Amino acid sequence: MKMFFLKSLATKNETLVAVVIIAFCILATFSDPLFLSVTTLTDLLRASVVIGILAVAAMMVLISGGIDVSFTAIAVFAMYSTTVLTLGFMPDMPWYCIFAISIGIGAFLGAINGFFVVICGLPTLIVTLGTLSVFRGFLLTFIGSQRISALPPEMRGFSRMMIARGTTEAGSFYAIPWAVAALVIVVLLTLFILHKTMLGRSIFAIGGSLESARRIGINVRGAQFFVYCYVGALSGLAGIIHGAMGRMADPFSLVGLELSVIAAVVLGGARLIGGYGTLTGTLLGVSLIVLVENSLIVVGIPSTWQFVTIGLLILLGTGLPAWQAKRAAAKSA
Amino acid sequence: MSKIDDDTFIEMKGIGKKYGGVTALDNVDFRVKTGEAISLAGENGSGKSTLIKILVGVEQPTFGQIVIDGKSYSQLSPRLAAANGISVIFQDFSLFSNLTVAENIAFAAQLSEKKRLFDRAATLSIAQKALDRIGVNINLNSRVETLPVAHKQLVAICRGLASNARLIIMDEPTTALTGREVKALLSIIRKLKDSGIAVVFVSHKLAEVLEVCEEVFVLRNGKNAANGPARDFDAASLTKHMTGRDISEAKPPLNIDKAKNLLVVDQLGKEGAFSDINFKLKEGEVLGISGVLGSGRTSLAKALFGLVAPEKGRITLSGNNVPLGNPIAATQAGIGYVPEDRLTEGLFLTQSIIRNVSVSRFDDHQSGGFLNLTSLFDEARGWIEKLRIKAADCEAEVKSLSGGNQQRVALARWLSRAPKVLVLNGPSVGVDVGSKADIHAIIRELAESGMGIIVISDDLPELLATCGQILMMKDGRIDSIVRAEETNEIELAAKLAS
Amino acid sequence: MALSLLTKQKSSTPEFRLAIIAIVVFLAMSLLSPDRFLSSQNIVSMAFQFPEFAILALAMTIAMMTGGIDLSVVGVANLTAVISALILVNFAGADATGAAALLWLFAASASAILVGALAGLFNGILVARMGLPPILATLGSGLVFTGIAVAMTGGSAVMGFPDAVAWIGNAQILLVPVPLIIFVLLAAALHVILTKTSFGLKATMYGANPLGALFAAIDINKLLIRVYVISGVLSSIAGMVIMSRANSAKADYGSSYLLLAVLIAVLGGVNPYGGYGRVMGVVLAVLSMQFLSSGLNMLQVSNFARELIWGALLIFVMVVNTTDWSRFGRAKSIH
Repeated sequence: MKMFFLKSLATKNETLVAVVIIAFCILATFSDPLFLSVTTLTDLLRASVVIGILAVAAMMVLISGGIDVSFTAIAVFAMYSTTVLTLGFMPDMPWYCIFAISIGIGAFLGAINGFFVVICGLPTLIVTLGTLSVFRGFLLTFIGSQRISALPPEMRGFSRMMIARGTTEAGSFYAIPWAVAALVIVVLLTLFILHKTMLGRSIFAIGGSLESARRIGINVRGAQFFVYCYVGALSGLAGIIHGAMGRMADPFSLVGLELSVIAAVVLGGARLIGGYGTLTGTLLGVSLIVLVENSLIVVGIPSTWQFVTIGLLILLGTGLPAWQAKRAAAKSA
Repeated sequence: MSKIDDDTFIEMKGIGKKYGGVTALDNVDFRVKTGEAISLAGENGSGKSTLIKILVGVEQPTFGQIVIDGKSYSQLSPRLAAANGISVIFQDFSLFSNLTVAENIAFAAQLSEKKRLFDRAATLSIAQKALDRIGVNINLNSRVETLPVAHKQLVAICRGLASNARLIIMDEPTTALTGREVKALLSIIRKLKDSGIAVVFVSHKLAEVLEVCEEVFVLRNGKNAANGPARDFDAASLTKHMTGRDISEAKPPLNIDKAKNLLVVDQLGKEGAFSDINFKLKEGEVLGISGVLGSGRTSLAKALFGLVAPEKGRITLSGNNVPLGNPIAATQAGIGYVPEDRLTEGLFLTQSIIRNVSVSRFDDHQSGGFLNLTSLFDEARGWIEKLRIKAADCEAEVKSLSGGNQQRVALARWLSRAPKVLVLNGPSVGVDVGSKADIHAIIRELAESGMGIIVISDDLPELLATCGQILMMKDGRIDSIVRAEETNEIELAAKLAS
Repeated sequence: MALSLLTKQKSSTPEFRLAIIAIVVFLAMSLLSPDRFLSSQNIVSMAFQFPEFAILALAMTIAMMTGGIDLSVVGVANLTAVISALILVNFAGADATGAAALLWLFAASASAILVGALAGLFNGILVARMGLPPILATLGSGLVFTGIAVAMTGGSAVMGFPDAVAWIGNAQILLVPVPLIIFVLLAAALHVILTKTSFGLKATMYGANPLGALFAAIDINKLLIRVYVISGVLSSIAGMVIMSRANSAKADYGSSYLLLAVLIAVLGGVNPYGGYGRVMGVVLAVLSMQFLSSGLNMLQVSNFARELIWGALLIFVMVVNTTDWSRFGRAKSIH
């Protein structure tokens, strides 16, 4: 029994990713003994917030059996239009209102995706490829294509709110922004939904077998629609945090990140066929991607090899399990 | 014997169903009594699936009434059926392989309580209660995908129990079970009946479950063909009513004593499927292989064609070794295989008839790297004529053809390759009687021309009519070899059921 | 009688509808900017522009015929462009002329096609041997290819070609733009492959029913690898055209071309679930998109709005086509 447990642990994606992360950190520490300092960790933590929230969203879609590549467009659309709205109508709006608006816009855009997938029954990859362009095109054409650095004061204020900050004994500076709390809240909320509500279990069921879910009376359409709205809302949140923390509303940002996000989610064990995905795995996947994107140079790989590394990680992370599955299927009668 | 309650739970009266111009059901009567097990028998296309779909509310009848507990309905909906305790287990079990046993069992029950939050404790307790009711022990926290097929079926049954089913309809329940597992299933069915739950078995192979049934209904061509107490039926009479043919006389065997050995199968074995398979097929011989599913016969059939890779043993054809586990090598060696499920395995439904017939000959009609479409299609048309495939337009999609014609297309494809050995898995399943006779005649003609044929089937009259020898498989081994001329349906059925 | 039967059958095909769409778009754009759209200068200009993405659409088409997708087409195009560019810059130099330049151009083109084939082989092995779903395989490989191009160039553009290079993308033979000739040849070749070779028919049938292909003893691994190799080669040729027209090579050119390639394939009637697709349909879709693109340009519509229109068009086409595709059976969706 124990051997079985160990064996299944060894083949789980999460374990592999954790091992790679640990190996990465060990290698990095050889090259730079100060790598595992508080500063590095808090920097990485800060860098994980936006991609982490987006990854949780992407994970939910994959669990439900679909795939969404438009979430970055939703994020930037929500962020930019909220910024423009705030600056135009109520520049002194408190930050939580700004955030709420962005989340709302995101949810609305997510609902549009939901409409095409659920009501029209279109294949999710191609539809979200389409809405990616529609949202971004709409943003750049009708809302604006200028980078805005004069953000609403409350947004700037948010970026300065810190959970903890200080100076280490070594003299380096660290800071943990409140934005990290957003990631924590998102993770906890999603954990609750997926594991403690019938809606969440239904999402797993739908991803496991759409037809069976229909047969036992699950409200499939409702659940799927919720997923896309929730993903939109989370994207809106990620977007506004990105804008605030970056101190700039750049309508050209975020899009292009979807590959890294999907890489993180897929590495963490979520499967394209649906029905599988864990928050632990996703967070581990995010950690690995963030490490690769920010600290590759510390293990001696120049940052120009970043894409290649992530691409190879995707291929290995999904290829090995796929190959194993293929061999197992061939063995059985 | 179970308690037979005189109360009729469900009665379906005069059910008719038309799809456009096609009549699927015509004035069909059906009855379920509380705590009874009923067999609903019929071939593919007999209408039994449609009748069940109407009973569970997925389809609506064009005519007729459904009476439940004395209350009459002209049609049902899934919710209404479920509310009345009607539940169905389809062949795929409709389980969520990514969720645990407990969740699968309790999901529908939890849903009907309209809870918002997921109550893990309640789920576990509901699931455990259901398992206890049938006296089975399965780990509640295992993911269903890790379970063997027999356990998956038990989980599906428990789901019905957890939803307070009063009737559990089981569609082709024994398809994926071994002989031992079938016996276990039957004892569970007895337990269900004892607690007042009715069971309906829908199948085209019912010898296995007759012993636990009270009543039998047979459908043929959308109409009631026969019904009565189970003790009045046996495998032979069931088949007769299902097919409408009498037990046919076994044809005199072809004189093949002097014929050469064509296919030699030597110590073939695959773990978990079959082992120690040895037989020889002569030129011009028609060999039958039968056994309940789980006996390994489909795995063996696939292994002969390379779709399954045995770990042990050899296959030689005309003295040459045939590489195992490689369908392309098997084809090139001269083995052909017409699969059981022509809709998903045998045909390309959206492609044209002529493409379906000619697909295995693409490589043989090339000139200078390009396909010689003229010669390819001419040859295909020749086969279409030869097998009398009724098609107005060869370019039409093959899914527009009837079952019998579709099966001929599948045959034509392999015949055009002139194989030395042809393996036919269920050659006339779901095919009308006339086409069935034609296909049997074709098999005989092919044998006379020197082809070696292996027929895998559990249609006993078919085996008796076409084969010289019949191998009976059980639990992965060859249990016995009988000569068709020396046996009859009743004996064969007995061997199958034992 | 026979003629009307023939036209009746033809008029229900997606290709016929596409011809109508192409004509409608052409007329609409002509009406909106009569002087400029209908000018010979514009016609020629359009004929120079569309082959870039049209060849990528051809690559996407063959992948989709098998029920897959190739998200790495742009990555392959850029990688081959970068490698060819580096060869040209380092071995030929901007001043090379005459036979030497042509020789190096030839060498660069040959290596481009080789790189495309190898990239396709990589994809094919991932999909066929490893059993990776095409979305993930080509997503990852696309990143790897782009990444290698980034690593080789440090992210900046490679420039300094001999003048001869411009010939591929900018010259005319008998007034016909060279890129157009290349596209027509490739489209014709793909059409012949798909309809008149054993491989092409098998690819179509595999797309219609992969399980059936297994039971029909089709060599699926060989088939899939060939499909992705062809896609890779087509992508590499597109890369050469892009490089010639831009007179430089960069790792991130044509990022919007991926969406456009998918759009054109889908608009062109290729069933993303596999089993149906006609090159003629793709050609008509290409023309429609080019007319639309040029026409919008003339109406001073910004690039961003073009992105919006493309996305909207993709969704619109799919909504309209969904009824067609559900006829084509396969329940497996490319999520």
